[in-house]
Amino acid sequence: MRAAIVTFPGSNCDYDCYKALTDVIGAEAYFVWHREHDLKNPDLVILPGGFSYGDYLRAGAIARFSPIMTETIEFARAGGLVMGICNGFQVLCESHLLPGALVKNESLKFVGRSVYCRVENTETPFTSEYREGQVVKYHVAHGMGNYVADPETLDMLEADRRVVFRYCDANGNVTPEANPNGAARNIAGIINEAGNVLGLMPHPERSMEALLGSTDGVPLFDSIRRCIDERAGVGAGAA
Amino acid sequence: MATREAVAPRPGDPAITPELVAEHGLSPEEYEKIVEIVGREPTYTELGVFSALWSEHCGYKNSKPLLRRLPTEAPWVLQGPGENAGVIELGDGYAVAFKIESHNHPSAVEPYQGAATGVGGILRDVFTMGARPIAVLDSLRFGSLSSPRVRYLFSGVVKGIGDYGNCVGIPNIGGEVYFDEAYEGNPLVNAMAIGLMRTEELIRGEASGPGNPILAVGARTGRDGIHGATFASEELTEESDAKRPQVQVGDPFTEKLLLEASLELIRSGHIVGIQDMGAAGLASSSSEMAARSGTGVDIDTSLVPVREANMTPYEILLSESQERMLVVAKAGHEQEVVRILEKWELEAAVIGHVTDDGMYRVRENGVVVCEIPGEQLVKCPTYVREARESEAVKKLRAWKPGEAEYARADQDPAGVLKRLLGSPNIASRHWIYDQYDTTVRTNTVVAPGGDAGVLRVRNTKRGIAATVDCNGRYVYLNPKRGAMIAVAEAARNIVCVGARPRAITNNLNFGNPLKPEVYYQMREAVSGMAEACTAFETPVTGGNVSLYNENPSGAIYPTPTIGMVGVLDDVERHVTSYFKNEGDVILLLGESRDELGGSEYLKVEFDTVAGDAPQIDLAAEKRLQDAVVEMANASVLASAHDVSDGGLAVALVEAAICHPHGPRGADLDLSDDLPTASLLFGESQGRIVVSSAPGNAEKVEDIARRHGVPVRRIGTVGAAGGRFRLATPNRQIDADTADLADIYQNTIPRIMSAGAIEQG
Repeated sequence: MRAAIVTFPGSNCDYDCYKALTDVIGAEAYFVWHREHDLKNPDLVILPGGFSYGDYLRAGAIARFSPIMTETIEFARAGGLVMGICNGFQVLCESHLLPGALVKNESLKFVGRSVYCRVENTETPFTSEYREGQVVKYHVAHGMGNYVADPETLDMLEADRRVVFRYCDANGNVTPEANPNGAARNIAGIINEAGNVLGLMPHPERSMEALLGSTDGVPLFDSIRRCIDERAGVGAGAA
Repeated sequence: MATREAVAPRPGDPAITPELVAEHGLSPEEYEKIVEIVGREPTYTELGVFSALWSEHCGYKNSKPLLRRLPTEAPWVLQGPGENAGVIELGDGYAVAFKIESHNHPSAVEPYQGAATGVGGILRDVFTMGARPIAVLDSLRFGSLSSPRVRYLFSGVVKGIGDYGNCVGIPNIGGEVYFDEAYEGNPLVNAMAIGLMRTEELIRGEASGPGNPILAVGARTGRDGIHGATFASEELTEESDAKRPQVQVGDPFTEKLLLEASLELIRSGHIVGIQDMGAAGLASSSSEMAARSGTGVDIDTSLVPVREANMTPYEILLSESQERMLVVAKAGHEQEVVRILEKWELEAAVIGHVTDDGMYRVRENGVVVCEIPGEQLVKCPTYVREARESEAVKKLRAWKPGEAEYARADQDPAGVLKRLLGSPNIASRHWIYDQYDTTVRTNTVVAPGGDAGVLRVRNTKRGIAATVDCNGRYVYLNPKRGAMIAVAEAARNIVCVGARPRAITNNLNFGNPLKPEVYYQMREAVSGMAEACTAFETPVTGGNVSLYNENPSGAIYPTPTIGMVGVLDDVERHVTSYFKNEGDVILLLGESRDELGGSEYLKVEFDTVAGDAPQIDLAAEKRLQDAVVEMANASVLASAHDVSDGGLAVALVEAAICHPHGPRGADLDLSDDLPTASLLFGESQGRIVVSSAPGNAEKVEDIARRHGVPVRRIGTVGAAGGRFRLATPNRQIDADTADLADIYQNTIPRIMSAGAIEQG
């Protein structure tokens, strides 16, 4: 698997994604500077976390106009796997690859801590290695992670099982207390209609090693690899 | 001797009068010296430059003779004081750069920007050494949280630190905060940064090689922060709010670009030196770089990219606009340097060159407006001031607790314990660090909330531990002993995570040094710090001095903050502070004494700050440190937690309730023949609470005895959600751990959400 990690000015989780892919998953990964126009034929595009353009104007609002976003949108429309983490999720919403928007946390404060999420749908390229309803421990670190959309969109997302991760407590209960940012219906991550573009606020790339407190991000990257291998006809056994 | 150019007063500049000299914070004697150095009446520009470089902030005029007492050398020290940051060897070809710096005065008038730019400046100090910043820590002091103005300062400072570090993508791995009336109106904001590099990547802030071009890089120069260094070197008054324009405005986005560009520049081999334009901006960075290399500089302020029109040389030299660097490139490599900066969307301009005549020469459109022998400029006059201990403090120190003070703990031990856990000085600080990104860069092994932060070092087995500590109340009551305790507590925190203490950076926060009682505190504190650092083999590799920390009602508690770095040979063997498994044996290392002086117990229960600081035995502390490091390396510890503010009972509760999956019970029996108050809440030094699996307890005892450290079993860890039971010879505490955890975890959030926040 070849993963292109897009680096915007102000990205700061690009390196973490790179290390997660190369050191833990054993995949090939490389950085693509935002001003380029060539994704170099990847299997996966990651829009990493950080503060692209300092979050000036609005998180992700300027990055969506970066040159490389043209190719990223084309890649997504052609069915390529795209994952936006944190600021990357914000860029995906600003680019209309995903519905809704991410606004300031309800507390009006940045929130940086570990949270629990429930895996709501394992029939996606990003979650097939999780169990349905599995509770995973991820880190969040954001000031604008409060997911909003109109009620019809939220209903549609739920009806189509496009809510992939929801904030919950350690036992999997979806409660207001377990919601770190006020996101509508505790939504932590969603997928597009075609099922190939995932956006999520938590950082699975930070939950890759027991030494750092959680390995719950590993199945996410394993799922992606499995999907890519299957698409290439390698077969599920290769994962 | 260099040829001097004719320097005439610049049209439009004010005439040099005694009043103008005084406004620049220079004494008549210092002015005489300046006239002697330049051989004539200085120009307005020259006066400004002298004023900045001869301020306490840049020149250490009142502290340098004292700082010479500090030990600065060890085989692992690669760079001691005098550079942008200190550097120690980590092993496996890696080195660690680290430094602490204050942004007290700016934060007192503009908390958000003051604190944010404090983080920005200290990050630049670290990455200009060639190191990639990997962590920040913060040491904070405020007045009482019951004041709306203090809550405004507190929330603004925390948000400022968070927003800046979060955006640049540097994890915060620890810190400390105290609330005390002594800091009312003059908060302390000390930020520490740690960076990692390959040893061969170390670069210094030098301007060597005559003819080499000098470039201004990064943000444009504006009128913000002019005389910030001088402002930081005077007392805060009722009028200080009017100095808000002297506070700089930070842009962490530009900082992130500057960080990446600087590291790329350093690795490119196209430059010989790089330095932050921090305090006193271009004036200090250019003159300090030249002084380190024994060269001169010739720069033209009309070539400096500015963001406002009609700026004078005086303003351009003294501006403290943020996110700017001064770079000395290799002659002929200017284009390569500019290309790297352009990739990161940063501006760069050649503003002058290095000379061989030792002169600090500044021009405006080619006309010389400032010409000072460089060596003299950075040789700020230093002073040894009159020192005399305050009679009031002597009296306070002689105070002994009476029957009433002892009785309270006997009458209501559980009530006292709960009130201590609910003191903002003891309660959990998660309200603060929940606003920080603590895990970005994916190296954080122990995040804030433990005794020290721990990072793993990729490609090695090693880890880095770091902490910031200082109990200002102890230093106030007994400056020498208090400073020793600050170093000892930092070292205990480092060993509690399993690391070996290696070196310190210090931030000396004091009042006005011209007051004999303040200078006495400085002198005694520095000598105590020197003794402790020598005893623990933790030399000082740099730091910062912040004086004139006073408010209209007097000086702050003397607060010589210690930022300590330690090394773990095997990061997998790190230790955390909380109890783990039911049935584990709880042991106390060290001895409790009958001492209550300076304790949180006296402050919370009686609003009393009196008595002597606890005793400290440096040799015993060193034995304790060695023993705990050996225990960690032998993997016989389940947990280790330093006993500090609030005493043994508080340390035990913290170890019981801080498990990430919820509180653990504990059954404890303390049999010392001491008054209940001292036994439970006294703050005797040299103590650490550890726990171990039953099969390892004997090994813990063996190691302790071999090092001559007193050790005794005091209890066992209970079940998840169990009760906290503690028996003394004649008293019992039996409390629900959920209640204790609620007080501990929610005190600060409740205060901050209930009370108004007013700029005041």
